Amino acid sequence: MNSIRTRRVLLSAALLALPLSACATAKDKPATTAKKAPPVRYARNPYPSTYRAYPGTPTLVRNVTVFDGEGGRIDGGAVLFADGKVVAVGQTLDAPAGATVIDGQGKYVTPGVVDIHSHLGDYPTPSVQAHSDGNEATAPITADVWAEHSVWPQDPGFGRALANGGVTTLQILPGSANLMGGRSVVLKNVYARTMQAMKFPGAPYGLKMACGENPKRVYGSKNREPSTRMGNVAVDRQTWAKAVAYKRKWDKYEAEGGDAPDRDIGMDTLRGVLSGEIMVQNHCYRADEMAIVLDMAKEFGYHVTAFHHAVEAYKIADLLKSSGTCAAVWADWYGFKMESYDGIGENLAILENAGACAMIHSDDENGIQRLNQEVAKVLSSARHSGIQISDAAAWKWLSLAPAKALGIDAQTGSLKPGKMADVVLWNGNPFSVYTRPEKVWVDGALLYDANDPKRRPVSDFELGQPGSGDVK
Amino acid sequence: MKRALLLLATMLATPAAAQTVAITGGTVAIGDGSAPIEGGTVVIANGRIVAAGRGVAVPAGAQVIDAAGKWVSAGVVSALTDLSLVDADGVQESNDAGARNSPFKAAIDVSLAVNPAAVKIANERLFGVTRAIVTPSAESSIFAGQGAIIDLGADPDAVTRPRAFQFVELGEGGGKLAGGSRPAAYALLRDAFAQAQDFRRNPAAFDGRSRDALVTRADAEALLRVLDGQVPLLVHVERAADIRNVLALPRDYPKLKLVLVGVTEGWLVAREIAAAKVPVIAAALADLPAQFENLAATESNVGRLRAAGVPVALASTGASGGDHVLRQFAGNLVAIARIPGATGLDWGQAFASITSGPAEAIGMGGEIGSLRAGRRADVVIWDGDPLELSSVPVATWIDGVSQPMRSRQTELRDRYLTPTEGALPKAYERR
Repeated sequence: MNSIRTRRVLLSAALLALPLSACATAKDKPATTAKKAPPVRYARNPYPSTYRAYPGTPTLVRNVTVFDGEGGRIDGGAVLFADGKVVAVGQTLDAPAGATVIDGQGKYVTPGVVDIHSHLGDYPTPSVQAHSDGNEATAPITADVWAEHSVWPQDPGFGRALANGGVTTLQILPGSANLMGGRSVVLKNVYARTMQAMKFPGAPYGLKMACGENPKRVYGSKNREPSTRMGNVAVDRQTWAKAVAYKRKWDKYEAEGGDAPDRDIGMDTLRGVLSGEIMVQNHCYRADEMAIVLDMAKEFGYHVTAFHHAVEAYKIADLLKSSGTCAAVWADWYGFKMESYDGIGENLAILENAGACAMIHSDDENGIQRLNQEVAKVLSSARHSGIQISDAAAWKWLSLAPAKALGIDAQTGSLKPGKMADVVLWNGNPFSVYTRPEKVWVDGALLYDANDPKRRPVSDFELGQPGSGDVK
Repeated sequence: MKRALLLLATMLATPAAAQTVAITGGTVAIGDGSAPIEGGTVVIANGRIVAAGRGVAVPAGAQVIDAAGKWVSAGVVSALTDLSLVDADGVQESNDAGARNSPFKAAIDVSLAVNPAAVKIANERLFGVTRAIVTPSAESSIFAGQGAIIDLGADPDAVTRPRAFQFVELGEGGGKLAGGSRPAAYALLRDAFAQAQDFRRNPAAFDGRSRDALVTRADAEALLRVLDGQVPLLVHVERAADIRNVLALPRDYPKLKLVLVGVTEGWLVAREIAAAKVPVIAAALADLPAQFENLAATESNVGRLRAAGVPVALASTGASGGDHVLRQFAGNLVAIARIPGATGLDWGQAFASITSGPAEAIGMGGEIGSLRAGRRADVVIWDGDPLELSSVPVATWIDGVSQPMRSRQTELRDRYLTPTEGALPKAYERR
């Protein structure tokens, strides 16, 4: 952290026990307040979204099985959307004048898939070294980097995730080499010339954190801290202590004015976490480590929104539930590193059964094309273990639960009137291996149609190449 | 548990499984490319398939198992896996897949590293995988070494065929291993073959032991088996141009038995591969330009190869979800057959691509990979369509031996189905 000037190293427990807003109250104001310069807030959104929904036509899909993303199911139902928004979902709906009407006999309609864990754009294909933009693996704390500054909007993976996976929203995270890897960005899965034009309007930022093997391996191999799990926690705590002090200074300044404290771009992000504006997305595999992280969050006054990968989350489903922390997991990945050794296919099902917040995620440019199938595998494991979860309830893991954990559930994640018309028409039951998306709408715009080659995106990189983006 | 123990005890007492078993009434998937047969019968005896299909008579004295409403299929053959060579890929201490610092290359024989007690073997068996084509990874040379065919049975005798094939890298990865370029990889390959032939002509004069020998005596011996066509040469290439180069090798080495591996751009040269009668073990759903050698990647690759007459099997390589992901791969190839403009497989072809396909590619179709008469009795009863995500095996035989249906994963699951601790710590909770 090159620009940290603070010499306040550790805060006492008593100080930390104060409400975080206490520093900003007026009672400590010195008498000279009137002479202070007024505060100037630094920009919270300097790279704003320029995303605009593409035009669509009012569309009624009827005679179709609907999973509304909130656990509801309507057989032989209908979904109407117009002007980019869901208008109505019901058993029978009338088509407004001029609406496109689609008969969905034998087909299913769901909300678009939301993937909370992707590296598309920052680890794009082709996976050449020149494209390796996901881990700023030069220091264990790089809260100063923003994944959006690495996103290559021409990643061929975006188009595959749309066409094969029905993915309409995704969070791009920095990698897990670092304890604090930087800020994430939430994107609409719509190709654009710029990253800003893909940014999900109004989505909060996330902070990517990582525990376990990766940080200690990466920095241990450079012969520096952390080289152990205890080193991981030590570096995290040292950093949070500095962040608490940074926040106090800036809160005071922004309330009272005066001389502006030094800016630290990384500390801005951690201050955002401590203020509850930035959500913590924490890569963590082992149950015991997740429990330690939850205590660390209490110690410094932040909330862990979700543990990602969380291969052992099933062992502490009760603790996750009581902490209000979600687990974003694979269906059945296991055994690819020591900390994934205890992975089982029932992980997500046990979490759901215990009432904990859980969801599916991909962390993979291939897996993101089949997240519906990953949930189908979870359902199979659940039902063969005596845990009954309905298909409609399981769709929450694919849209509403991740939307909530991204802070965008008021806008997307379910087929509720007024929400973004991010909609997938599947050519069969989406929990069957034999099913694929037939049409995908984002904000009501038809951006993939299996029956219309013109409604299939081809990224710049693939244009004029032998495969032309898999449209030949 | 008691039942599993009993099964295990029975199994250990009768190694060859002399018991004749007739599985009746199920939908039978033979695995040879044919469509599933409803109401079929599968008869196994002495560890082998006696017959499978409709109208098969139940032999007198056979143990009859009613599979009505279920599917009965050949077990899945996992092609190109490190199963049993590693405990967890990231754990280097126990990883025997590659040997970065060894002076030996083609000589490496992975059958000696096969661990029949590896946790993953039981885990994957419970999802219907009964055999595996275990493959070394190339780390110190373009030659990875000699792979082995194993079974996933719960017994110490795992190796079906050791030194079953040689594996070589000749694409982008091969270039890097050879010192930096594809031409360097071909120079290395041709020189290694030449040295093997030198060794044959005059073993006494062959160096092969000095510090700077590129080919050791053991390597030369292994390469002669390749040059003589005694074992297939599995060649990993992706790019169409690389595939053409490999198909040209038999002009100089006429006895080579080539198998192409990876082959994401295979559809661009499908007719040439078919004409050369070279089987392919393909990355099933690789549809991204992962590297510059995969620019033409498409999910339709396997379907287009098959349509051109190329025998295609699917590879499970690198599947973090375990080898059983092959079923999902195969199911997806059926799915895309319904997508306009895409080319997939029909169900029988898709199932064959993970059973008889890999077996035939390595020249073992007569032994494993299908329920055709005479094959080793690797049989799985499923509670539904074996390619469908909702289905799981309910019973499995390997070499005709009934297999236990528990694994370390089921132990973990049962311990934590209720995550809270009871009267004692979780460490005391076990079946």
